[in-house]
Amino acid sequence: MIQVSNITKKFDGFTAVDNISFSVAEGEIFGFLGPNGAGKTTTIKMLTTLLYPTSGEININGYNPVIDKNKVRHSFGIVFQDPSLDDELTAYENMEFHGVLYKVPKDIRKNRIEQLLKFVELWDRKNDLVKYFSGGMKRRLEIARGLIHHPKILFLDEPTLGLDPQTRNHIWSYIKNLNKEEKMTVFFTTHYIEEAERAAHRVAIIDHGKIIAAGTPQTLEEQTKTSSLEDAFLKLTGHVIREEEANPIDRLRLRHRFRKR
Amino acid sequence: MSTIYILWLRQLKRYFRSKSRIIGSLAQPLLFLLALGFGFGPIYQRAGGGNYIEFLAPGIIAMSIIFTAIFSGIEIIWDKQFGFLKETLVAPVSRLNIMLGRTLGGATVASFQGIIVFLISLIIGFRPENIMLLPLALIFMILTALLFTAIGTAIASLLEDMQGFQLIINFLVMPLFFLSGALFPLNTMPKALVIAARLDPLSYGVDGLRGTLVNGAHFGLSVDFTVLTIVVVLFLIIGSYLFSRIEI
Repeated sequence: MIQVSNITKKFDGFTAVDNISFSVAEGEIFGFLGPNGAGKTTTIKMLTTLLYPTSGEININGYNPVIDKNKVRHSFGIVFQDPSLDDELTAYENMEFHGVLYKVPKDIRKNRIEQLLKFVELWDRKNDLVKYFSGGMKRRLEIARGLIHHPKILFLDEPTLGLDPQTRNHIWSYIKNLNKEEKMTVFFTTHYIEEAERAAHRVAIIDHGKIIAAGTPQTLEEQTKTSSLEDAFLKLTGHVIREEEANPIDRLRLRHRFRKR
Repeated sequence: MSTIYILWLRQLKRYFRSKSRIIGSLAQPLLFLLALGFGFGPIYQRAGGGNYIEFLAPGIIAMSIIFTAIFSGIEIIWDKQFGFLKETLVAPVSRLNIMLGRTLGGATVASFQGIIVFLISLIIGFRPENIMLLPLALIFMILTALLFTAIGTAIASLLEDMQGFQLIINFLVMPLFFLSGALFPLNTMPKALVIAARLDPLSYGVDGLRGTLVNGAHFGLSVDFTVLTIVVVLFLIIGSYLFSRIEI
């Protein structure tokens, strides 16, 4: 379903992703793990047509994201690392907006929106503005939204970041359910290694733009002679804390904080 | 088509839901109309210019349009920062349609704002000379609104955060407004300012409005219309080109 061969992404001389290759089979849940700044999000952006690779080839559902952009875009749904809902619209309007963009016919759209909003337990809040939603509700809405056009692949970039264990469990049970019933391929990144251990069929660990290990959680534990994926992860990537460059939102938040003082 | 429509609709919904924004953006033109209109009115009259409110109102209508329009365009930066832009950019639709939908939405909102200011100016004492020309005035409002939403979109595509916003207001919007002849007649200005006004696309919007509302066109309506249309097309092309190059 996803084939990546020798892709590299350079930003002004800095190599974010360095010659990586991997593949994900149909119906697989694939975890993409790595410390901050390892190149996870850059890779997802290349897989989802938001960035072009500097070199190398990608194949998503049989299409090349550089050439057949729209076919690739129809093939996947995505939940981004940071929220991407319109706060000034209601939950229903956010769903509707997505359905129209993906050209889902009106009657099918109506049914699916209802079905999905019920699935993530937001149907009774459908006419509320998203700005009044909690972090967990927004995440659930984003997952529901990403599914309106029935994608073959679901990309999740840290889908459970900043959520409490209850909500995280909830969300993972949805995802696993989808994977089982719809045979949906799931590609996710996370910092919660124990989530990957529980949910992923296979994982790859990326560090400094290179894939340093890949396989089932069990094989990685065996390879590193550790008893959990988290220990294996730490053994492979070391204990040094990584610095990430602040994005504009972080800078904005910082300014807010300074002004309040 | 459906893409353009849904993006247009989104701009409208956002606008009509933020009551504070509507009221806030009406305060400034109202202040200008009252303070300048009644403040300079007697002097303008004594200098032989006639009724200043008649002269000023089209300029203030244009002002409210340019501010709302630029702001609508700049809103893309918000969407970039708060993530919504990504949702539209990974969708299987062309960026040109996204940009057009947004721009039409922003322009609709700005034109609507222009109409409200027009109605307010009626209360204050503004009387259009020829009711028959009102539809033509509306066309000039829409053209002006389109132009500055496109300019806002172009600028927003280049900026990463709202840091540059003040810069745009002070170094672009304000000069464009003050040099456009919105507040004073162009024909008595020094040569350098007249040249600047000729280069300012807002001048043609103001002039077109003045020409249709009170018969006082400086350049002539056909010139206004031609120049505006050309510049609108030009900036729609520039705006959609820059928008298509956004990487996030």
